[in-house]
Amino acid sequence: MIRIINFVVRKAQFWDRVRIEKKPGNLDNAREKMMEKADLYTHTPEENLVEETCYHCSLPCEDTAIRYDSKAFCCSGCQAVYSILKEKDLCAYYRLPDAKGNSPDRNYYKGKYQYLDLPEIKQKVVSFSENGITQVNWYIPSMHCSSCIWLLENLHKLHDGVSAALVDFPEKTVRISIRDEAIKLSELAGLMSSVGYEPYISLNDLEGKKTSRFDRKRIYKIGIAGFAFGNIMFMGLSDYFTIIGSTGLGSETEAVFGAISILLSLPVFFYCSSDFFVSAWKAIKNRQLNIDAPIALAILVTFVRSLFEIASQTGSGYLDSMTGIVFFMLIGRYFQDKSYSLISFDRDYKSFFPVAVSVMKNGIESQMQISEIEPGDRLRIRSSEMIPCDGRLVSETAAIDYSFVSGESAPVTKTMNEQVYAGGKISGASIELEATKKVAQSYLTGLWNNDVFTQARDEEESRLTSFINRYFTIAVFLIGSVSWIYWAWAGDFKRGFDAMTTVWIIACPCALLLSDTFTNGNLLAIFRRNGLYLKNAHILEKLSGIKKVVFDKTGTLTLPDAAEVRFKGYPLTPAEKGMIAEVSKQSVHPLSRLVREFLERQAAESGVFSVSGLKQYKEQAGGGLEAVCGSVTVRLGSGRWVGEAGDGGEEVRTSRVYIAFDGVVRGFFEVESKYREGLKETVRLLDKDGIDACMLSGDKPTDIVFLADVFGGEDRLSFSRTPQDKLDFVRQLQGSNREAVMMLGDGLNDAGALMQSDVGVAVSDNINNFTPASDAILEGSCLKDIGAFVRLAAAGRRIVTGSFGISVIYNIVGLYFAVQGELKPVVAAILMPASSISIILFTTLMSRLKARQLMKVKNL
Amino acid sequence: MSAIYILIAAGLLIAGGFLFVFLWAVRSGQFDDDITPSIRILFDDEEPADTAKNNSG
Repeated sequence: MIRIINFVVRKAQFWDRVRIEKKPGNLDNAREKMMEKADLYTHTPEENLVEETCYHCSLPCEDTAIRYDSKAFCCSGCQAVYSILKEKDLCAYYRLPDAKGNSPDRNYYKGKYQYLDLPEIKQKVVSFSENGITQVNWYIPSMHCSSCIWLLENLHKLHDGVSAALVDFPEKTVRISIRDEAIKLSELAGLMSSVGYEPYISLNDLEGKKTSRFDRKRIYKIGIAGFAFGNIMFMGLSDYFTIIGSTGLGSETEAVFGAISILLSLPVFFYCSSDFFVSAWKAIKNRQLNIDAPIALAILVTFVRSLFEIASQTGSGYLDSMTGIVFFMLIGRYFQDKSYSLISFDRDYKSFFPVAVSVMKNGIESQMQISEIEPGDRLRIRSSEMIPCDGRLVSETAAIDYSFVSGESAPVTKTMNEQVYAGGKISGASIELEATKKVAQSYLTGLWNNDVFTQARDEEESRLTSFINRYFTIAVFLIGSVSWIYWAWAGDFKRGFDAMTTVWIIACPCALLLSDTFTNGNLLAIFRRNGLYLKNAHILEKLSGIKKVVFDKTGTLTLPDAAEVRFKGYPLTPAEKGMIAEVSKQSVHPLSRLVREFLERQAAESGVFSVSGLKQYKEQAGGGLEAVCGSVTVRLGSGRWVGEAGDGGEEVRTSRVYIAFDGVVRGFFEVESKYREGLKETVRLLDKDGIDACMLSGDKPTDIVFLADVFGGEDRLSFSRTPQDKLDFVRQLQGSNREAVMMLGDGLNDAGALMQSDVGVAVSDNINNFTPASDAILEGSCLKDIGAFVRLAAAGRRIVTGSFGISVIYNIVGLYFAVQGELKPVVAAILMPASSISIILFTTLMSRLKARQLMKVKNL
Repeated sequence: MSAIYILIAAGLLIAGGFLFVFLWAVRSGQFDDDITPSIRILFDDEEPADTAKNNSG
């Protein structure tokens, strides 16, 4: 036993050493030692390689672990966070369960947040500033677990200037109070970035568009309605137990009870149910009927009739039923709102753009709000920052990644004096450019001037509820009137009046409202747990009627940042591989990055390549790279660039990187995008349900054979579409008979199509990343479930119909008494809550059952 | 039957007291975030809990 442990320990020590030695400069040395030791142990290196995870972020350390304080870190960023926390004695962070730190943003640079100290910006980002105390409420997208809460709330230990911090985890915000003389806002933002919690500050914040999801008024209303409901029932108890005859209380006591009931019901009628009246009035003003209209009518009639009965001492009224339905309906609405996702869906370009940029004036760099950029200003844009406005390049070259705008993943190389457009991200070195247009007038921001963005989408009532409104309301009116006419005919006007009003009371469609809100609430929660976040409950109904689905390719069907690389040709020696890796390191082109990563992975498995110095490096846009390595000229790039003759139409199907040494072509690396799993099954499932699927890409045609197999024919694929083309394509699919189209996309180039489609779904591998405006956000890994989501949404509609059936049964029972004018308050007081509760139970159980059948769900 | 008036008054007073406490709790922000406090309570802290003030607005 001891021997085994000893062996394991030795093995661990050995691999630790190898990892350290594998840093640049030690490469040869490490490889030699590895070979030596590998012989000593009769294991192959692969078998020995125990996956080691970073102490800070828990990600695998790959081949370049950093040792510090006898712990392994995947990168210097993680190690830096650890050393900050250790210094401040905050290592309890790592002892919390599920602790998984954030690696700080590598592109962070000193002074990034300097703009926060500009008075006009500061004034907009702080929520409160007085007597040297400033309070900010910042959104922290990277907050994800309980240890995040712990660390953020212990921010005062990291810096004396922070006096308090309070996290709101569901909203992912932290409210921080700081002392102005001890810490500046820019320093605070820098401090948070240094431990991996970078605040997200966007232009939308600056423009004061703060929407609070939470309305305390709603809870006040529930509390008051519940209080009134309980106490009015208490007053009515004597009534309930004396179904025949009088209560035996005497008229004086009855009058007191009635008066107290009226007093208790006043706040419910005037305050708690105001939402229903306001909403109904708004609809009637627009010559429409919404579901709140019959509800408001029922509340009004119940209240007035109860007042009349109590005042005339002819009965005890239905105030208990009235407060009861208001109480249940308010709870239903609260539940539905609560289950809405807390993600922001309405993002326009302002959410993507930085707040401020660096402006060069007379060689001095300063920060400026981007809305203040004037044509002629010189801007400095750093790596992975976004170009905020159209401009002319001043630096010699720039590699710009326009994937966000066009969907094309390869960066574009621009040279001095060329025009660059807003929305591109800089990859590689920082650049300078001269603004030619203001931000709001740039090409990209112009996309938001399209009609689909400016047109307010009317939040139409769902089809089912509007159907009910039309026929149900009319039917109720008819039954009420008929029973009035019947009793009036018989000469009993009082009874006729009683019958008519009780029909209106009992037929209040509150059960329908409840079944709608509870089914939607349950489904939204189920969807959220399965990775689909819907903007609101209306989307559920649209989702259930989808006829066509359009997929974007890059980032939606493919996995971002993952590709399969294969080498085809004459085998390469380790030295040659090293040369290729070294040359490809010089370029920011994604293909060369993929080739380099592929070779580095190989190196990690089979040993390290020796690399000699590079000379005469050059890169030609659209061609490839060339460099002299030792005495060998290495060329990497397209077939034309290396001089490969047979470079024909075949190349468009996969991306190839050809290799040539001293002009002799050795073969090519085949780079294939990795597609998400289960695409074919997904499309087949949609097809089974009669839903057409097709693909729409902004990219050039690739992987046609594979995609045609997935979608069932090449005619389902379209390539090289501009954002405007995509929008038109969706509009054309919808056709004249407005067939419901769902669009799934990820980039800004899909933004127009997402808006035009009936259900626009933004696909994202990290839901906290910023996605274009959409109706729903889908986690990339859940794309394969899209067919099941549509089915579940359709099942949801059936559940609403079914629970409506249940409420109709209750209504018929109630109406049986009502048309005779003999609805006892006790019957109403039993029927109303009983129907509400059975509907809540039915919808909850049914939606869970359906979800279990359809989603094969995790943790329901 | 006069005893019942006293009982009703007492009952309403107690119920009203609970309503008042509930409204006060909502007003002081205790219902704004019902997830974070449930996590926060599990931290073993070496020092008294945060003195972060509530938003009482």
